Parts: sequence; C-alpha cells; structure tokens
Amino acid sequence: MQAHQRMLDPTPNGLHSGESPLLQTRGLTKRYGDFLANDSINIDIWPKEIHALLGENGAGKSTLVKSIYGLIQPSAGKILWQGTPIALSGPSEARSRGLGMVFQHFSLFDNLTVAENVALGLDGKESFKDMSARLEQVSKTYGLPLDPKREVWQLSVGERQRIEIVRALMQDPKFLILDEPTAVLTPQEADQLFIVLERLKAEGRAVLYISHKLEEVKRLCDTATILRGGKKVDTCNPRLETAASLARMMVGGEIKEVKSASGRKTTVPRLVVNDLSLAPAEAHGVRLEHISFELKGGEILGIAGVAGNGQDELFAALSGERLSKDPGTVVIEGIAAGHLSITQRRKLGAAFVPEERLGHGTAPRMKLSENALLTGHAASGMVNRGFIDTSATLKTVDRATETFDVRKAKRDPEAASLSGGNLQKFIVGREILRNPAVLVVSQPTWGVDAGAAAVIRQALLDLATAGAAVLVTSQDLDELAEIADRIAVMFHGHLSEPLATRDATREKLGLLMGGSSLEPKEAAHAVGA
Amino acid sequence: MQLVLEKRAERSNTIALVSPLIAIGLTIVTMVILFAILGKNPLLALHAYFIAPLTDSYSLQEIAVKATPLVMIAIGLSLCYLAKAWNIGAEGQFLVGAVAGSWIAVKTQGTDAGAWVLPAMFVLAAAAGALYALIPAICKVKFGASEILTSLMLVYVADLFLDYLVRGPWRDPHGFNFPTTAEFDPVATVPLLIEGGRLHLGSIIALIVVAAAAILLGRTIKGFEIRVVGAAPRAARFGGFNANQLIILTFAVSGALAGLAGIIEVAGPVGHLQPGISPGYGFTAIIVAFLGRLNPLGILIAGLFLALTFIGGEQAQIAMKIPLDVTKVFQGILLFYVLACDSLILYRFKLVFPNRQVARGAG
Ligand SMILES: Nc1ncnc2c1ncn2[C@@H]1O[C@H](COP(=O)(O)OP(=O)(O)OP(=O)(O)O)[C@@H](O)[C@H]1O
Ligand SMILES: [Mg+2]
Repeated sequence: MQAHQRMLDPTPNGLHSGESPLLQTRGLTKRYGDFLANDSINIDIWPKEIHALLGENGAGKSTLVKSIYGLIQPSAGKILWQGTPIALSGPSEARSRGLGMVFQHFSLFDNLTVAENVALGLDGKESFKDMSARLEQVSKTYGLPLDPKREVWQLSVGERQRIEIVRALMQDPKFLILDEPTAVLTPQEADQLFIVLERLKAEGRAVLYISHKLEEVKRLCDTATILRGGKKVDTCNPRLETAASLARMMVGGEIKEVKSASGRKTTVPRLVVNDLSLAPAEAHGVRLEHISFELKGGEILGIAGVAGNGQDELFAALSGERLSKDPGTVVIEGIAAGHLSITQRRKLGAAFVPEERLGHGTAPRMKLSENALLTGHAASGMVNRGFIDTSATLKTVDRATETFDVRKAKRDPEAASLSGGNLQKFIVGREILRNPAVLVVSQPTWGVDAGAAAVIRQALLDLATAGAAVLVTSQDLDELAEIADRIAVMFHGHLSEPLATRDATREKLGLLMGGSSLEPKEAAHAVGA
Repeated sequence: MQLVLEKRAERSNTIALVSPLIAIGLTIVTMVILFAILGKNPLLALHAYFIAPLTDSYSLQEIAVKATPLVMIAIGLSLCYLAKAWNIGAEGQFLVGAVAGSWIAVKTQGTDAGAWVLPAMFVLAAAAGALYALIPAICKVKFGASEILTSLMLVYVADLFLDYLVRGPWRDPHGFNFPTTAEFDPVATVPLLIEGGRLHLGSIIALIVVAAAAILLGRTIKGFEIRVVGAAPRAARFGGFNANQLIILTFAVSGALAGLAGIIEVAGPVGHLQPGISPGYGFTAIIVAFLGRLNPLGILIAGLFLALTFIGGEQAQIAMKIPLDVTKVFQGILLFYVLACDSLILYRFKLVFPNRQVARGAG
C-alpha cells in the first residue's frame, strides 16, 4: 500500500503543495482482444509541469494519450480533469475542455495555405478574417513565425509542425500533449520548440511530452513517467537520472552497445550512381541534379540533410519507383538498372526501406504476412506458380519478430495496429532477412526506442560486415556518425562529395546542410582521407 | 443541436459485417412506407416480394436463373472495384457479348453445324465483352479520361447497336416484323439441367466463376495485387505492382464475364436475340457487388437476394398490381443504404449540442 501511495504522488517533495492536479488517470486500461495495451495506469499531471512519457516501442504511450484525448475509448478506469471524472466522447470535446494534442503524423493539406489549414482544424465559428488575425497574433506571441498566406507544400517539416502547434495553442489549451514531436526535427528546430514549451510552462499550462530522445527529456522535463509492457513502472525526476538509468527503467535491463566488427573489408562496387538528374514527378518535388557516388560491398554511406532536399526523390530513383531514361545512371551489382522496375532491382539483390512506414512501406490495413509478401514476392520463394505460400510468408513474420523483437498483440495482426517503432523493426527485419547485396534505407530508427535503435543499427553494421553495400539516409547525425563510413549531404537536389566520417565534424556537415560549400582545400583533403 | 459525422479512431469490424443487413432492413422499412403511400397493404406486398417466390419450385428455379447473370457480372465488377477501377458499363459489355455470341448462332442457323457452336459462342462473347471494356480502360490509362463516364456512355452505344441489328440485318424473316432474330438452333442453346424446368448450365458456370474468384483473391499473387493496389496505392507501387496494367486487366476480366453472362442469357432463357434481353442486369450487378462486400461468397448470396426481388416484383405485379418499376426503386434504395451504412464502418454519427458546456457548467 505504501509503495502504491508513492506511485500516486510523483513528487513527495511537495513541489505542488497548494495546487491540485490538472489531469489524473486512475486504473486506465485499454484492451485489444486479450492484449493489454495499457494496464491500470495512474498518472498525475500538474499545472506548470512538463511531464515526459517514456517507454519502449509498443509500451503503450500513444495508446495512453489517445485515451486521454478521447480518440479511443478506454476499456476501464477513470480520467479526472481538475478533480472531476470525465468521459470524453471525442477529440472535439477534449479540445473544448482545454486539452490540445500535436500528433506525430501531420494532418495538413499541401495545397492549402497555412491559414486555411488552421481554419479547417478549429471547431470555432469565428470568421476567417478574425481567425487569421488571431493566428498571426498567437504565432508572434510564442515566437513561432508563420506566414498565414503561404501554401503548406512550400514549408519545411519544422514549419509544418509549427502550424500544428499554433493550431493547438489557438484553442488556449490548459494541457498540451505532444507525441514524438522532435523525431522529425533538426536540432535547431528542436531547440526552438523547447523555448516554446518552457514558455507554456511559465504561463501555468501543463505539457505531456513523448520522446525517445533521453538527453532531451533530461534537459526539458520536470517529471517522467515510464511505461513498460503497458504498465507504469516508475515516476521519477529525469534531471536526477542519467540517460542510461532512464533507458534501464524502460527496458528493465541494459542496452547493448553498437559494435562495428573490426575486420570490415570493402569489396567490389555494388551500387553506383552516375550523373543522375531527374525532374520531379510531383508539382512540389525537388529536381535531382547530377548525383554521383559509388558504394562498395562492406561499406555504409550516410546521407545527411534537412528533410525535403531531394532525399525522397533520390530514394524513388534508386528503388525504381521512378525510372530514368538512361539505364547507366543507376548500376546495381554491375548491371545498368536505371530503367528496371523495383521488382527487377530486387531480383538483382537490392532491398529498400522507405521513410514512411504506413502506406508506403506497408499497406496499413493488411496483415503482416501480406506485407511480407509485398516486397518478398519477387525473390523469396513466397510464390509458387502464382499461388501464395502462406506458410512461407508467416515464417518471414515469425523470423522478423524473433530477430528484431517485434512486439505485437497476436501472431499476424494488421500493420496499422503495431506501434510505430515495432512496425519499423518489422519492415527493417523483413528486408534484412532477405540477405540483400544492396540495402537502401531511409530514417532507419525514426521513432524507434533506444534499445531497438541499437538492434537496428547493429543489424545494418552486420549486414555490411557480411559484404552488403548499405546506403542510409538519416536526419540524425549521431546515428550516421555511429554507423557510416562516409557521410554526404543532400542540399537542393545536389549531393556533396562524401566525407570520411572521422573528418565529418558537425560544423562541416552543418555548413553543407545550409548550402555553403567547404573550402576547396578542405574538401579535397576530406575526400582524400 | 447538430448531427455530424465523426471519423472513428478504430475501424468497426462488427459494423463491417452487419452493415449489409442494416441496409436491407432500412430498405424494407422504406418500402413499407412506399407501399402504404401507394395504397397497398404493406404486409401482403412484402409477402409477395420476399416469401411467395420461395414457396414453389418454378420460382426457385427462376431465382437461380436470374441470379446467374447478376453473380457473374458482379464477380467481375468486384475485381475492378477492389482495385478501385470504376467499371459502371457492365450492361454494355453484357449486350455486346450477347450480340457477338449471337452472330455465330445467326450465321450457323439451319446449317447442321456441330457441337462446337455453343463453346465458340461463349468464347466470342467473352472476347467481345473484354474488348468493349478495354475502351474505357485504355482511355483512362492513356488519356486520364474518367472511366466512370466513358464506360457508362458505351452502354447506350451497345444498346442502340443491338437494336439496329435485330431491326435490320438479323431480323427473323418469318417473325411478323418483330425486332428479333429467329429462335436459335438447339446446338446454339444452353442446355437445361432439369428436363422441362428452367435451370440451365449457366448457373453451374456462375458457381465455377465464384469459386475461381475466391481462389484468385484468397490464394494467388494476382489477387493480392488487386487488393493491395486498391487498398494502398503507394505501397503497391513500392511492392512493384503496376496500377495501370491492373486497370486494363480487371476491366478486361469483368468485360469478359459480363459478355459471357450476356450470351448465356440470350442462348439460354431467352433463346433468341431481341431488345430488352436485360432488365438492367449490368446495373443491378453493381448493387450485388457492394451488397456482397466485394467478396465472392457474399456476392453469391447478394445475387440470389436481388434475383428474389426481380421475381418478387413480378409476383407483386400480378397479384397486387404493384408497378414493376417499384423493383427498380427498391434496388436503388438498397444501393443507397448499402453505401450509407458502409460509411459507418469508418465514421460514426454524433449529436453536437453547441451550448452543452454551458449547460454542464451550470449543472
Ligand atoms: N488497434 C489496435 N489493435 C490491436 N493492437 C493494438 C492496436 N493499437 C495498438 N495496439 C498494440 O498496443 C501496443 C501499444 O501501442 P502504442 O502505439 O501505444 O505504443 P507506443 O508506446 O506508442 O510505441 P512507439 O514508441 O513505437 O510509438 C502495441 O503492442 C500495439 O501493437
Ligand atoms: Mg507511439
């Protein structure tokens, strides 16, 4: 009982004396079939608090905040808002009570302006003009500059997120939930976000913050609640913990270090790109300009850069989702493949992991076994004279589950029911288990917890050690520094000369990411290294 | 107070299963009101529509006969619709198939041709239906023309072409100037399953088509391709599946099945080519496909149900003088409710009270 009491009150030091919690959950439970995504969770959110919600992939973080925000109905338990129990019928009621939420995946229309997007997301009945004026005022007050008349497609990811945040702030929420807001941001954009959150706190609001970046949590958050396997395991003050101790609480054990095998040897060129230029397929896309690089077996090449500088277009050109007229622009395993379809490229031994998990890497409403078939049908013995070998597809699911510790409610669920990080582990596993000669992967650990990220990075290193050529696009410079042998930067459709990782300082990469070129001498030196 | 549609966070699987049943229920309620307005006793009318046809062997056979073209066409349409390719012109493909198959029957009339005639008619009808369906498919893929409009408009072309043939070149010289061909020879006629009955070989073919579609969709990579292209186009492209090729393929298959259904109808129950061989099978099959949830077994059941409404409508006309067009009204209302109920799988109704907060705050 004693321990229980302590769990209810996260701040025995009396920090909140004289105030009452803004939001509390008591025994909050969400069941999917006989799987418990949330198991009797009690948490207290106080005014003027930035509260972190931590946990491994699939621990139940998103499920918990969706229940709080009225997006899903809990199976049992209570939610108390300023001390009184409430039953939310949906997000619009949550908003009208003073809850706001910023989702990890944006819900914006590319061809509408900022103001139009905000208007669509508000429940209010004020005129468009009043709303625009208020939008400008709110964005100015919080130092989140936005031009209401710009169309969304022109904006960077960080700016798009700003729209979502401003939209939430315009409702004047007492309590704001952010689900992995910094996963897609550059470090500078993340810093800006933290200033806003500090300010919200100073205004007496509360923030619930989901993130896998523990250093960030230590810097920003006053309290941290840790979930493991759907249960709350602890509440602590993250400033008094280390990133390692937080990770231990999340996993319930130590996290393995990523180790690069020492004897990694580079062999023959397996992926060569020669002067690849490609007009964008979509109205708002980026043109690829004279991209060339060579990637040998045993080697990992990292591509850094701010999102939206042509990384998506490069991925499509390499995978064969977009064909180029000149076969020689993309050479896979010595064979000119620029004109070959994605299936033919897979047959040459290439494998691909796109950035967007739902809807691109997988069909959300289809089972995992069917999603294994999606990329495996060409070359993995899953199809026999046109007939699907269901046992083979299920075996791929089982092997990926085992090798990459994919946590799910049943053996073969729909892709959309997996938590974000677990789906990512499945997709990466699905491709690595095919033993590719060339792997092209975008944002491999986007939204993946520290433990699982280590597993995925280790798998990429092991794949290279086994002789494959690996191309990794990532916004996370630490990740690239950890696994890549060379790093190149993408800017406005151009790809810089790759730098050897040991020479690729943050300063140099930052310059390249901003579009400036390095000193000629320095660049020559780095290439020579 | 305001009624709004709100997106559900989770797809409701229960509603996915019961939605066709809700739709049927709502349709029946609406029909009862309609019968009452027409001054007919609703209970007697419902009995004539849904119960009476099930009570004698002749009507039961007739239901199977009517369900045959509906099911065959709807299976083809379901492949299109699963791939999100909207073939609305099955009626035209049905007529073109009927005409093409009849060509052999007319040309071999009285020549003592052998047993090859009927199979040849089937093959030609299927090929013609497929080619006819390819017109909108190719216009869509090459020029981006809306397949909904082009396939629909081609229905009228086919209808008038058939009309021209039976009034002109193919008219039966001994037919008292009626717009019809001569009665087909026995070798050009679909054999009956029961001597003196109505049930014919076509129903067996329809069952084979249902089984083949179930295997195609459930077990083969082609079927997977059809489903994934419709469900997640970008993922399908990533999987290496070509949506345009699939539009061509599904249109061709559905055209072939509609064409085959057309010749079976002409060479079976009708026995000769004439205008009006179809009471709108190609359009009713759209309802069948959706009511059957684009699932082969579901389509078989839905096809039988809609066939029942055709027979029931005839009985109601004879017994109670209810106009035959009421059947079409019934089918239209049913499609409306099916589509409406389907949106409840992803959305839910919600009552919004603008001043609810105020009310709560006061209370
Ligand atoms: N609709 C659903 N049906 C079945 N299981 C579900 C459903 N939604 C979530 N789950 C399961 O609930 C568990 C918790 O998912 P949740 O999305 O809350 O995880 P998370 O902590 O947000 O993880 P991540 O860090 O990867 O985003 C997962 O194992 C997931 O498979
Ligand atoms: Mg999540």
